[in-house]
Amino acid sequence: MDKMPGWADAVLVPLFSLFLAALLSALVIIGIGEDPIAAFKLMVDGALMRSAGWGYTLYYATNFMFTGLAVAVAFHARLFNIGGEGQAMIGGLGVALACLYIPWPNWYVALVGATVSAAIFGALWALIPAYLQAKRGSHIVITTIMFNFIAAAVLNYILVNQLRPQGAMDPSSAKFPEPTHLPTFQDMFSTSSDQLFRGAPANVTFFVALLACLLVWMLIWRTRLGYEIRAFGHSPSAAQYAGISPIKITVVTMLISGGLAGMMGLNTTMGEAERLVMNATEGAGFIGIAVALMGRSHPLGVLLAALLFGFLYQGGAELALWTDIPRELIVVIQALVILFTGALDNMVRMPLERMFAALRKSERPGDRSARSGPAE
Amino acid sequence: MDFLTTLQVLDSAIRLATPLLLACLAGLFSERAGILDIGLEGKMLAAAFFSAATASITGDVWLGLGAGIVASMALSLVHGLASITFRGNQLISGVAINFLAAGLTVLIAQAWFSQGGRTPSLIGTGRFEPLTLPGAEMLTGIPLVGPIYSELISGHSILVYVAFLMVPLTWWLLFRTRFGLRLRAVGEAPEAVDTAGVSVVGVRYVAVCICGILCGLAGAYLATALQAGFVKDMTAGRGFIALAALIFAKWRPWHALYACLLFGLLQAVALRYQNIDLGAFVVPVQFMDALPYILTVVILAGFVGKAIPPRAGGQPYVKES
Repeated sequence: MDKMPGWADAVLVPLFSLFLAALLSALVIIGIGEDPIAAFKLMVDGALMRSAGWGYTLYYATNFMFTGLAVAVAFHARLFNIGGEGQAMIGGLGVALACLYIPWPNWYVALVGATVSAAIFGALWALIPAYLQAKRGSHIVITTIMFNFIAAAVLNYILVNQLRPQGAMDPSSAKFPEPTHLPTFQDMFSTSSDQLFRGAPANVTFFVALLACLLVWMLIWRTRLGYEIRAFGHSPSAAQYAGISPIKITVVTMLISGGLAGMMGLNTTMGEAERLVMNATEGAGFIGIAVALMGRSHPLGVLLAALLFGFLYQGGAELALWTDIPRELIVVIQALVILFTGALDNMVRMPLERMFAALRKSERPGDRSARSGPAE
Repeated sequence: MDFLTTLQVLDSAIRLATPLLLACLAGLFSERAGILDIGLEGKMLAAAFFSAATASITGDVWLGLGAGIVASMALSLVHGLASITFRGNQLISGVAINFLAAGLTVLIAQAWFSQGGRTPSLIGTGRFEPLTLPGAEMLTGIPLVGPIYSELISGHSILVYVAFLMVPLTWWLLFRTRFGLRLRAVGEAPEAVDTAGVSVVGVRYVAVCICGILCGLAGAYLATALQAGFVKDMTAGRGFIALAALIFAKWRPWHALYACLLFGLLQAVALRYQNIDLGAFVVPVQFMDALPYILTVVILAGFVGKAIPPRAGGQPYVKES
C-alpha cells in the first residue's frame, strides 16, 4: 500500500529537506554573528537580479547538471558513483587534448569533437572501477574514491611534465587555439544597444547540458537499456532471472555515468578557462551527489537542483566578496542537503508519512490505516 | 643513502603514520561493527580545528585534545543517528559529514580568528612537545642501537606512543573480550547477536563512539603535534588513506599497523625526495602520492589475496517482527 502519494514523495520530501537545511544554515550564519536574512538578500541580488549574476549562476548550474546526471544515472542501477570529480578531471584532459592537438575549423565542429573526447575520457576513467565491481566485487564507492585521488595525481603529472608550455610557471596547458573558443552568453544574447551577461562565463555548453538532461530522461524511461538499468537497480536478482546481465548493466551504466561527468570538462575547460588548469573541477563532482539526491535522480529534478546549487554558488561568491562569510558556507549547505535528502531521508519522510496517513484516515473512516514502517 | 638519512626518513615515516594509524583503527572499530565510515576525513578535520582552536585560546593542549575528541564524537553521533537509528545510507552520511566538517571548520575559524580559515600558530603549552625517552641521551654514543633508539624511537609526542599502543589494545579488545566478540558479531551476523539478547543498536553506537574518539586523537595530533595549528583542509585526504590502509589490512589491527607504516613511509619518501631517479627512469613525485590509492585498488581487485569486508557492513539492522 502506498504510504504517500507519488507527488508528495517527489516534491514534498526534497522541499522539506531543503527547508531543514536552510534552517540549520541560517542558525550557522547567526552563530558566526551575521544576519541570515541580509545574507539571503545579498545572495539573491548577486545571483539573480543582474544578467551577469545569472551568467555565473547558469555557468555553475551547467557543471552541476552534468555531474548530477552522472550520479543520478548510476543511482538508477543502485550504484553510488562518488568518482564524478575524478571523471570530470580526466574529461577535462580529454577536452584539452582534443582542442590542443586537432585543428578544428570552427567552434561547433570543435564542440562536437571535444564532447566526444570528454565523454570517452570520463567513461574510460569509470571503466576500471566498473569492471572491478562487476567482475571482482570490489566496492565501487571505495574504488571511485581512490580513482579521484589517482586522477588528481595523473592530471598533476601531465600538466607539470607534459602540457605545461616551456618556461611557464603555473601548472596549466597552453591557451587553446582561437577556433575552439565557445560563444558565451554575452556573445549570443547581447545586442549593440544592450550588453547582457557582461563578463559572465556561461556559454553554449549550457544547452549541451540541457540536451543531456533530455537524453538521459529518454534513456532511463524510454529505452530498453534504461528499463534494464532500472530493473537491475530495483532488484539485481530479479533482473538476472529476467535475463539481464549484471556485468553488462554495471559496466554500461558506469560508462554512461563517467561520460556525463567527463562532459563537465567542456564547460570549465573549453567554455571558461580555454586552457586546462589544475583543480578546474572545484568539487563540482561532489556537488553532483547533492544535486542527484535532491533531484530524486530524475533529469528534471537534477535540472532544478542544479539551478538551485548554481544560485547558491554564485550567491556564496557574492557573500564572500561583500561580507565576512567565507565561501565555505556553501559547502555546509551542500553537506546539510546531502545529509537530509540522502542519509536522514527516513527522518524527513516519517513525519510526512504520518501526516498523510492521518489525512487518509480522516477521509475514509473505517479504512485500514497505512502500516507504518521504514521506506523500501 | 647513508645511515642517518635513512633514520630521518624512517623517523618522519613514524610521524606521518601516526594520524593514519589512529584513523585506521577508528575505521576498524566502526566497520567491524557493520557501520561503513567514509567520514573519517571529516571527523579528523573537525577534531584538528577544535583542538587547535581550544589550545590556542586556552593555551592548554590537553583541553584542546578534549575539545577535538568532543567535536569528532559529535559527528560520529550524527553518523550513528543517520545510519543506525534512521537506517539511512551509511556512505551518503559519511560524504555529508566530510563536507560538513570541511565547511564548518573554515566558517568558524574565520568567525573566531579572522585569519583566512586558520588558527593562530600554537606555541609553548599549546602544543604536544616531543618526549625524550629515558636513557636516550646516554645511549646516543653506542653505534647502531644508540641512534636508532634516540632518533627513531625516542623524541616523539605522546600521541605517537598512544597510537602505537592502541594496536595491541585494539587487538585485545576485539579478539579477547566479550565486548569484542559482540562487536565483531554485530558486523557479521547482527541477527545472531539480537537472538542472544544483546542490543545491536547499542553495540553499534558504542563502536561508532570509539571511532569518534580515535578520529579525535588523530585530528588533534595533526594540528597540535605534527603541525602547530589548524589550516584549511589540513587532513589532505589522510582519512581516505586510512580507509585504504584499513582495506589493505583486511580489517585486522596488526596489519593496520603495517599498512599505515607503509603508507607513512611512502609519504615520508615523497616529502623528502621529489622525483626519484632510479637511473633507467625517474619515478615522479605524483606517482608516490598516488601509490597508496593504487595499491588499495589492486588489493580490492583481489589480485593479492582477497579483501573481504565484514558481512553486514553497510546494512542497517531491522529487527524481525
